Amino acid sequence: MSHIAVIGAGQAGSALAAKLRTLGFDGRITLIGAEPVPPYQRPPLSKKYMAGEMALERLYLRPTRFYDDQDITLVTDTRVAAIDADSMTLRMEDGSTLSTDQIALTTGADPICLPPALGGDQPGIYTMRSLADADAMAPEFVPGRRVLIVGGGYIGLEAAAVAASKGLTVTLVEMAPRILARVAAAETADWIRAMHKGHGVDIREGCALNGLARSGDGPFTATLSDGSTLEADFVICGIGVRPATALAETAGLALDNGIAVDEFGRTSHDRIFAAGDCASFPWKGQRIRLESVPNAIDQAEATAATMLGQGAPYVARPWFWSDQYDVKLQIAGLNTGYDRVIVRPGDKPGSQSHWYFRGGTLLAVDAMNDPRAYMTGKRLIEAGQSPLPEAVADATTPLKSLPLAASIAA
Amino acid sequence: MIKITFITADGAEHVTEGRAGLSLMEVARMADVPGILAECGGACSCSTCHVHVDPGWVAQLPEKDEMEADLLDFASDVDEATSRLSCQITVTVDMDGLRVSIPAEQG
Ligand SMILES: Cc1cc2nc3c(=O)[nH]c(=O)nc-3n(C[C@H](O)[C@H](O)[C@H](O)COP(=O)(O)OP(=O)(O)OC[C@H]3O[C@@H](n4cnc5c(N)ncnc54)[C@H](O)[C@@H]3O)c2cc1C
Repeated sequence: MSHIAVIGAGQAGSALAAKLRTLGFDGRITLIGAEPVPPYQRPPLSKKYMAGEMALERLYLRPTRFYDDQDITLVTDTRVAAIDADSMTLRMEDGSTLSTDQIALTTGADPICLPPALGGDQPGIYTMRSLADADAMAPEFVPGRRVLIVGGGYIGLEAAAVAASKGLTVTLVEMAPRILARVAAAETADWIRAMHKGHGVDIREGCALNGLARSGDGPFTATLSDGSTLEADFVICGIGVRPATALAETAGLALDNGIAVDEFGRTSHDRIFAAGDCASFPWKGQRIRLESVPNAIDQAEATAATMLGQGAPYVARPWFWSDQYDVKLQIAGLNTGYDRVIVRPGDKPGSQSHWYFRGGTLLAVDAMNDPRAYMTGKRLIEAGQSPLPEAVADATTPLKSLPLAASIAA
Repeated sequence: MIKITFITADGAEHVTEGRAGLSLMEVARMADVPGILAECGGACSCSTCHVHVDPGWVAQLPEKDEMEADLLDFASDVDEATSRLSCQITVTVDMDGLRVSIPAEQG
């Protein structure tokens, strides 16, 4: 009987294993994960779960009996240490081995930790990637305590929102000239910054953390690049992730900002495939890597089909969301390469959308409490259509009747 | 017990045990009912957990808010009267007997 091993039991791994069955694969499936729990959703970790508004069982992507019902052998708490690609044999950290016919790598990404040279190896400093991370820092969320958040990306900002809402004193430092520098336009950053300031979060941009010192159980003293110091009771580090490629390296796979796959999810080895946060893939003439749930699911499902010889090219349709306070930020498309941002006020107070164009081509939309703008943008982008920027800017032109530009190749 | 029946596009009935406090989407997920994708996990950001509520039940559910209504506008196979996003309906004890059907396509 043919055997597929899926390594990494997260969002992509669970979707891939499930899809193999839906597509009719009746061989053996082993889904191996390093974490002690069945596959779960990460987004709530920095949102509702962190806020204590969501019980653990609601995080799980599927009921535990799903894996039995689907005859998927779920092996948790087990890290694959190496792959011998010639013999298609996996070696686990405990020394045991498993042979297989095909391998899917869905190993995700690892959070970047603060370097020990900056004091990053002390207790009281947390990264934000796993359930274990979230549970470890939960007891720190006590009103009145002071948290220093390092990194002004979505995860850091979401953590700041939860902490501020719970009555903690929050300082967020971002080394780049502004928050969200890597992922959003200045217009969006300005909007989000203003919202956080309104909730009392102290955001310091263009400000690097130069060191963290702590004596005993006392507070941390953080030294910042502007010469100031500040005290914090604990620190959350949200400075990004690195694709988890160590295992792929043991198999000798080609890497390029992650495990390099083609549009079918194939790596440089004909029996090894990859999907999700760990994989970079071709997209509109470039090679990109996405860190999002929709990409993890869609790419994993496309790759499952490839593994069964039924593959069609995976065409990413990027979208993303972030919840901060009572604001829902929804993002459609990918803004890479934009040269112009159109601001469109929404119908309701406090709602607004930002439309990214390159020339006349719509690339992406950031919508703040404006789901209609988000969905309109999403549908247009997926259809390869672009509204006229002037019409977008004019809030009196209804979204449903935005005039379209003559089709321009994206 | 709060009995909730999900009817999939092929006509199959999935009788599940709801629990107060969970969303309808979560009840379906925990019972492994196919067809509700809920890609965003219940953040009201994707409209892939769309269901049609049995007409007899529509009035007994809490009304949809603006966010849900706006997203629903863009879902496939929408029916003005019965369409809901199942992640936005929190199960309560008086939903015993609720029946909802899942459209053939989500998104
Ligand atoms: C706090 C947080 C908030 C987020 N919010 C959002 C959001 O709002 N919207 C959104 O779209 N995305 C969000 N994301 C991103 C999203 O969760 C990821 O893109 C998604 O989880 C990627 O899925 P994956 O399967 O590729 O990786 P993961 O879900 O990370 O799964 C990879 C798994 O592989 C395991 N693994 C790695 N190496 C090995 C090995 N050698 N052996 C065995 N197991 C191994 C890991 O332990 C892990 O469990 C968020 C992420 C985080 C951390």
